[in-house]
This record gives sequence, C-alpha cells and structure tokens, in this order.
Amino acid sequence: MATIQVTGEDEPHPDVALVASALAGDVRAFETLIQKYDRQIFRIAQHITQNREDAQDVVQDAFLKAYEKLSQFQGNSKFYTWLVRIAVNESLMRLRKRRTGKMVSIDEDIETADGSVPRDLADWSPNPEQNYSQTELAAILRKTIQGLPHGFRVVFVLRDVDGLSTEETAETLGLSIPAVKSRLLRARLQLRERLSRYFRNKKAGEK
Amino acid sequence: MTCTEFLALLDELIDDTISAETRAQLQDHLKGCEHCEVTLNTTRKTIEIYRSHEVYELPASVRERLHAAIVARCKNGC
Repeated sequence: MATIQVTGEDEPHPDVALVASALAGDVRAFETLIQKYDRQIFRIAQHITQNREDAQDVVQDAFLKAYEKLSQFQGNSKFYTWLVRIAVNESLMRLRKRRTGKMVSIDEDIETADGSVPRDLADWSPNPEQNYSQTELAAILRKTIQGLPHGFRVVFVLRDVDGLSTEETAETLGLSIPAVKSRLLRARLQLRERLSRYFRNKKAGEK
Repeated sequence: MTCTEFLALLDELIDDTISAETRAQLQDHLKGCEHCEVTLNTTRKTIEIYRSHEVYELPASVRERLHAAIVARCKNGC
C-alpha cells in the first residue's frame, strides 16, 4: 500500500486514497487521476515539446509510466508533482529524439544575464484582452511564450499557471530554489516585455 | 531604493512573500517611480492573463481516445 501522504497539516490529500485504490487494482481510481490531470500534463508537454503529437504521446506515456511505477511512489510529495516530473522527463526525451544527437536538458538555452530593467513603459494592464477575440488572444499568448527558452517556459507554467510552489517546482524539475526563482523572474519579465509589443499599440477602447 | 533593487524584489512583491518592512520600502519607491509601477501592473496582468486563458486546448475527442488507450493498457498490466 502507498505510504500515507500528508499535505502540510493533518489532512491527507484526496489523491492519496485514489493512489491507494489504484494500487489495490482499481483501474477506475486511476482513471479519475487521469481525468483530473491530463489537461495540465498536456499543457506542460506542449510547452516543452512545442509539438501537438508529441504532447499527446507524452500524456499517454506519462500516465502509463506512473501506473507502472505507482508502487514506487513514496507519498512524501504530491502525486501531481511526481506525475509532472515523469512528464517533464518524457517531454525532454521526445525533444531529444526530434533533435537527434543534440543534448536536451531543462538547463538548455538559458541566458546568464540578469533581468534588465524593462524598457517598455506603456501601461496596458487594465484589460488588453477585450480588444481581441479568444482565438486572436490565444495566438498572441502562444507566440509570446514560444519565444522563451523551454527552461523558462516550464518554470513559468508550473509556478504561475499551475500554481505549484517554488519548492514543488524545484523538486519537480530537479532545480535549486534560487534557480527556480531567478528563472521565474526572468520569464515573467520577458513575457511582459513581449506582450507589450502587442498590447501597447492597442490600448483599451482602440479598435 | 533604485529601480534595479525594486526589480530584484518584484516576484516577492507579486507573490506576497516579503516582510512588512520591505513592502513599505517598495511602496515608497513606487510612489515616485511611474516606470516601476507600470512594470508591476503589467507583470501582474501578464501572469493573470496566462492563468485565465488556456493556450493549448486538449479537445474532448482526443482526451477520450487517450483515456481509453491508457486505461486499456493499464488493464492489461501495461
């Protein structure tokens, strides 16, 4: 049976019971975990691989690997962070296959310069999205985040979109806490700067 | 406080992980610096916009297919 997993205080995380049932042979319990997390896993995989087919394969492979290794899940981290770690590794493997012969790691493509003081001063913050259709906005957001190194993208997605803590993000990616913090700051600033290029010229009310 | 010093603490300010004393210093800087105020507002908005809009949708039909494939293999012992 799985070790009892405790989230901070006394309340066990709801995934603990699902993992225990899955280990006892209840595939439906595992299906509930798939339902719960497949979209996040797909999102992370897509952000790393930048390829739809690869991302879908990662979802399948990550869940299968998790199921296979469920008895090795220690319960001292959340099931979700454990799953993400598997998915990140699977995604990097896919990326490696596509870039044959080239090493790929989460440390790749990282500039060493610190975040410089932003140049763009237009305040587009209140409601830039109201000037775009959902499709237009999604395209802008995609294009903007694709320009970031994947080591920045994945930190931003885990911390700011998925809502993982700095510690959980560090653990999931095998990075130090200072590394996560510095990447997050630079990811946020770079995204802000890149979004500004779209939004500064089209402030609220201007069509 | 300089803009560079402000920027180094931007994440802590956004994530609310700073002491009351540091927060007061940052707010003090913001009063006289439009540049940093805009940076703070637009960075906050950047995070919010990514959090509230799904960039990569997984269509229901693909989800169903993936679920069926995963579950079938789980039932067969992977």
